[in-house]
Amino acid sequence: MARILAVSGNEAVAEALRQVNPDVCAAYPITPQTELMQRFASFVSDGIVDTELILVESEHSAMSTCIGASAGGGRVVTATSSQGLALMWEMLYIASGLRLPIVMPVVNRSLSAPINIHCDHSDAMGARDSGWIQLWSENAQEAYDNTLQAFRIAEHMDIRLPVIVCMDGFIIGHSIQRIEYLEDEEVKKFVGEFKPLNPLLDIDNPKSYGPLILPDLYHEYKRAQHEVMTKVKDIVLDVAEEFEKIGGRRYGLFEAYRLDDAETALVILNSAAGTSKDVIDEFRERGIMAGLLKPRLFRPFPYEEVANALKHLKAICVLDRADSFGGYGPLFMEVSSALYQVRERPRMINKIYGLGGRDYLPQHAEQVLSELVEIAKTDKVEIIKEYIGVRE
Amino acid sequence: MTIIITRIFVVGTMADTVEIRWHGRGGQGTVTAAKVLADACLSGGRYVQAFPEYGPERAGAPLRAYNRISSKPIRMHCPVLKPQVINVVDPTLLDAVNIQEGATEDATFIINTSKDPKEIKEKLKLAPGQRVFTVDATKIAIDCIGRALPNAPMLGAMCRATGLVSLEHLLEDIRKSFGKKFSQKIIDGNLEATRRGYEEVKEG
Repeated sequence: MARILAVSGNEAVAEALRQVNPDVCAAYPITPQTELMQRFASFVSDGIVDTELILVESEHSAMSTCIGASAGGGRVVTATSSQGLALMWEMLYIASGLRLPIVMPVVNRSLSAPINIHCDHSDAMGARDSGWIQLWSENAQEAYDNTLQAFRIAEHMDIRLPVIVCMDGFIIGHSIQRIEYLEDEEVKKFVGEFKPLNPLLDIDNPKSYGPLILPDLYHEYKRAQHEVMTKVKDIVLDVAEEFEKIGGRRYGLFEAYRLDDAETALVILNSAAGTSKDVIDEFRERGIMAGLLKPRLFRPFPYEEVANALKHLKAICVLDRADSFGGYGPLFMEVSSALYQVRERPRMINKIYGLGGRDYLPQHAEQVLSELVEIAKTDKVEIIKEYIGVRE
Repeated sequence: MTIIITRIFVVGTMADTVEIRWHGRGGQGTVTAAKVLADACLSGGRYVQAFPEYGPERAGAPLRAYNRISSKPIRMHCPVLKPQVINVVDPTLLDAVNIQEGATEDATFIINTSKDPKEIKEKLKLAPGQRVFTVDATKIAIDCIGRALPNAPMLGAMCRATGLVSLEHLLEDIRKSFGKKFSQKIIDGNLEATRRGYEEVKEG
């Protein structure tokens, strides 16, 4: 029996961590993640979990602590946002390079300068190439469900890779929403007992982590990392299928919303996808065949599946809540790469929206969908990349 | 004297989703009120949202908070732009911010003031379909809690004015939410304040 409550996204993810009861958690506060770790820290102080909570002096140390504890043989978590994730940068590559199954919720927030505490996706996009798996979540329920599934994915013996679970700062992290929690026993059974692989604390069988590898083998090591990433999609789908049996909610590599018979579509991550779906329904009622694709697994990016889901469309817009200055938005680059491999493909545009917490409103989705209708009609794209919701 | 409201207006019978905006000042418990309402409205399998507009968080500064209550899953994740219910927790905001912004033609306003609803209705120059309820929430709060924290009586008043949730449910929820943090005396004060807000609200 599910427990139904009204809680914030941060609280929901903290509850997932409580139910998983990890061995070690490194914590350093940063808005808008702070509430998540504060709630988890209360579980530790109250003796509700057995986790060893290690309070560190920076996010660089938080990730270093996770790496040490994970290599030691524990189930390990931390959480961060924005500058915190940026400060972890060099350690992120070490966590994935050492194939450590660390789970890290990231409550998405913009990057300085100028300093801003509100939501955009610049932080997680900066970790795009770090070798971590990334799951993205539209709302508190998805963030909770993804966090539980992240442990199964990360710890799968065929991959052993760290996982980031994203949700939008404030918009989801701090807003109260209805959520269905699984029972503790169900979660315990689903996540299973942690199985260490080559733990450093197994002192009878000593091993080394992170030795110097020169040009004779570094290239092969990295190819192995590339290859292990190719196995992730199937594992994500298997775990989702198992999750559906207990949670009743179905997850895939992405959500395809009214796409099958659509002519135009939006591709958009996280909470803004929800707002967009309501607008798509309105367009459908007016007879406009619009749809939406919301990526869930962003790393590894499911190129073929995304291309297959979008190739029949006439025009699509990829909306990015992050910019790659001097380039297109990061999600646009992925979707373009996916679609380049098919001969018949839709016209594509890229909109940058919502940076630093600028509201993404229904009118923005309407504006973009109307432009797509025009592009579908004329087969002409005027401007490929453009900012929307800008104060003029 | 108890004012009998002959007609309890049930918001949202036409639409699937009821959208609510709260106007308060930092430190008045407005955000807490929105959260308590969301929690109380979970009953009957409804979906809920409660979230403030995050800005510089200073005591006394005007703030907005929002609720969505729906029979269907809520996918909209942006501020409420066209509220059907507007709660004004601080009477001085009537002259400080545009509380009518985006209000629907049949919007319900619930205002913390000692003034008569008719007077407020004239002051705001409301459309014919819009309705005003007033309650002296600050006075009730001072009577019951000993502090000018008008959120509990405002919740009681809006519960009566909108019929979104029963008084019993609301009281139960306040007992639950406040029970974790406060002493029995404060909980009882808030329950009494909520009940009085419910009883003393007046329709214009």
